[in-house]
Amino acid sequence: MKPFTLPMPARYGINTALLIIFLIVGNAVTQSGMLGRAQNSLIIQIGFFIILAVSLNLMTGYLGQLPLGHAGFMAVGGYAGALFWRAQILPDGASIVVGLLLAGVTAAFVGFLIGIPALRLRGDYLAIITLGFGEIIRVVLNNIDWLTYGARGLQSIPRHSSFTVVYICVIFTCAAIHMLMKSRHGRAILSIRDNEIAAESCGVNTTYYKVMAFAVSAFFAGIAGALYAGNQGILVPANFDFMTSINILMIVVLGGLGSMMGSVIAASILTFLPFVLQPLNEYRMIIYSLLLIIVMIFKPSGLMGNYDFSLSRIIEKVVRRIQKAKGASADETR
Amino acid sequence: MLTHLINGLQLGSIYALVALGYNMVYGIIKLLNFAHGDVIMVGGYIALFALTFGLNPVISALLTVIGCTLLAIIIEKLAYTPLRFAPRLSLLITAIGVSILLQNLAQLFFRAGGRPFPSQLLLPTGSFSLGGVSLAYTSVITILASIVSMILLAVLVKSTKLGKAMRAVSEDQGAAQLMGINVNSIITFTFALGAALAGIGALLYAVRFPLIGPTIGAMLGLKAFVAAVCGGIGSIPGAMLGGYIIGLLEMFIVAAGLSRWVDAVVFLVLICVLMVRPTGFMGRNLMEKV
Amino acid sequence: MRPGDPRAPFIPDRDYDKSPVMQCVGLGIDFGGLTAVDDFNISVGPTEICGLIGPNGAGKTTVFNLLTKVYQPSRGTILINGKDTARLNTIAANKLGLARTFQNIRLFQNMTVLENVLVGLHNEMNYGLTKAIFRLPGYWRAEKIAKERARELLSIFDMEDTANYKAGSLPYGSQRRLEIVRALATNPVILLLDEPAAGMNPAETEELMENIQKINKTFQIAILLIEHDMKLVMGICEGIAALNYGRVIAKGTPAEIQSNPKVIEAYLGTGGGKPDA
Repeated sequence: MKPFTLPMPARYGINTALLIIFLIVGNAVTQSGMLGRAQNSLIIQIGFFIILAVSLNLMTGYLGQLPLGHAGFMAVGGYAGALFWRAQILPDGASIVVGLLLAGVTAAFVGFLIGIPALRLRGDYLAIITLGFGEIIRVVLNNIDWLTYGARGLQSIPRHSSFTVVYICVIFTCAAIHMLMKSRHGRAILSIRDNEIAAESCGVNTTYYKVMAFAVSAFFAGIAGALYAGNQGILVPANFDFMTSINILMIVVLGGLGSMMGSVIAASILTFLPFVLQPLNEYRMIIYSLLLIIVMIFKPSGLMGNYDFSLSRIIEKVVRRIQKAKGASADETR
Repeated sequence: MLTHLINGLQLGSIYALVALGYNMVYGIIKLLNFAHGDVIMVGGYIALFALTFGLNPVISALLTVIGCTLLAIIIEKLAYTPLRFAPRLSLLITAIGVSILLQNLAQLFFRAGGRPFPSQLLLPTGSFSLGGVSLAYTSVITILASIVSMILLAVLVKSTKLGKAMRAVSEDQGAAQLMGINVNSIITFTFALGAALAGIGALLYAVRFPLIGPTIGAMLGLKAFVAAVCGGIGSIPGAMLGGYIIGLLEMFIVAAGLSRWVDAVVFLVLICVLMVRPTGFMGRNLMEKV
Repeated sequence: MRPGDPRAPFIPDRDYDKSPVMQCVGLGIDFGGLTAVDDFNISVGPTEICGLIGPNGAGKTTVFNLLTKVYQPSRGTILINGKDTARLNTIAANKLGLARTFQNIRLFQNMTVLENVLVGLHNEMNYGLTKAIFRLPGYWRAEKIAKERARELLSIFDMEDTANYKAGSLPYGSQRRLEIVRALATNPVILLLDEPAAGMNPAETEELMENIQKINKTFQIAILLIEHDMKLVMGICEGIAALNYGRVIAKGTPAEIQSNPKVIEAYLGTGGGKPDA
């Protein structure tokens, strides 16, 4: 007997149905007023941290590079989106979509510009260049008062980051990166991580794929930045400092380099924990950094390794087990 | 103008000393030691407490250098040694973890705000005149101290048995081991040496910017690393050159009234240098063996 | 044709009508002051199996690195199917039809066997980013064809069953075979094998010899291999070049090479003993 496999349309159907149910439930809960303002905001925060972590994972987990300026892209996208939204030149619905796209594209463009020189160099230089770039962005945003209002902050940004908007962005990010990774482009990215010289000898244009991954990663970071702006209502350059980049990196590392599910879970937990453990806040970064060191020493692949969750695979497993049990009992009765 | 030059050289000397620490560690285990800057921060606190406690300046200075060295050895043994054969990415992430840990521990123990550093207890204040130019004692002492340290280091690396072992390990760990060199202790020694220089750097930095806080090491470390990369990783004169270039550059930007843009310009220079010369001014080209 | 002529083929009485797929003229490279390879001239016919032999450190792998543009030659020309590869990089050289394996295996360890071959087929598929992310019909079509092709290629070495294993978990011999499959997937006109039999036992080597010949026949491609196993080299190569100190010291058929005094001296030195294999 051939092992049971779910047909392709069924897999897509199940996943889509689940996602829609979750959207309706989530929307109902956040709209009902059951949760306070802080809780609602927390859910939104989890959302954009998932986007940030999943997009950084593309660079760190899949491509094997370590950019330290993710907050910089977030800032670029955040300011681009916020400025567009403040201008209010389009009706709300269209404005949200265009603003998010604009945020992503601006960040991706900046990522492209910085990626060309940075990615020609070896790993550690990339870390330092992106770190430097993140600082440059912050200094620039602080100093172009006519556009960003500098350190005083860009205020009265329309609060567009509703649960539905954030949720759709999260799903779009995860789906797009998942689809990308399961294509020839994704395999090219993975092959660069595993062995760059061999990848080149297979005709994989390594520079192209590094810059592409960098730009895609920046694109989603930019969207997350806009969502952040739409949640906070105010943007201050100091919010996008080195520590923000490190926070995102921690989520990715603890979740597991190369595991999207790991990034999602770690983003949820690490955003949720400080909220419930207020008294421990003083020790939070100490605990995180210790965790980071310990995980690197004892389980360098992160908590989830590169395991990725697949509902279809679990269903298949269960059905196969049932079939086996049935087959066994059929044998017995014979 | 000349004052700016001297100030720039003073700052550059500090960067150069710190850059050497990055340089040596990178040269030997290819690790960008993010925690190096934070070792300097700890050194700053040691000096601060020793001096306010009323200890003799020489003893305080020695304590600082020894403290930094011990801290670096502890970090190396606990966090880096277990990862000797791990992927470079893991090592780099660990180094970032150590850096954040040190910063936050300092913040927990010493609070976030900066504390004034009694630099007058360490070095004589005032200035003297030379050919019509007024020179601060601290500037001159900083520049001289760093030059002497670097010459001593160069002699150590070039002409002693230990230095030869260090160069051998950085060239090929396996081969060095086969030649009977204790690779582990050489790596530890390199960390210790880098940290001793960082200790001196901490004292000179504290004199120049007499305000010690948990995050002073981060920016200093980054700038020094930029200096190390610009000068060329793995080269002692490169680190000096890079340090002086960055120091002078900063001073002249400040002199031009653009102090708010200093950090951005420094990193921009780094990016430009790396685009033109990926190995820095005096770095060697490393080719991967296929 | 004079013997010293760069266009001199491996086998003197070869069919001259066919132009060579690969031709090197005066190839050389210096590292610092050291000349690693100098005045390297060979030409390989469209379906020839050729061998490159020489003592350790003779510069054989360096030649491969020059051909695949991992190193840029200091002087000389490489023609692939008549096209000059000057200023091209590794990627472009691969697209021109050069595929290789590595002496120290370079697989994508954390990817599955099938995925390794699919990376080899990277340029055979040509759907763009949009088709991939939105899973448009072009994606499905190309992926289906590529996966079938990958399994077909794996079947050369009877490796279809291992398709879903991690490449890094394969035994050593299978890893070497997988590298060959991955190289073949790039649809080369000439395949460069760097010590394909290293670490294999005599039975495995025997099987490898048959497979190399099978690949040569079915795909109608040229093969240039570096090998220390003289039984393999002498058994399947139609032409052999012997290298010592970065220079070709002899070219010819296996029989000619075996009796060439320069080759014997290079391998045996002036003392005696068996060639190092």
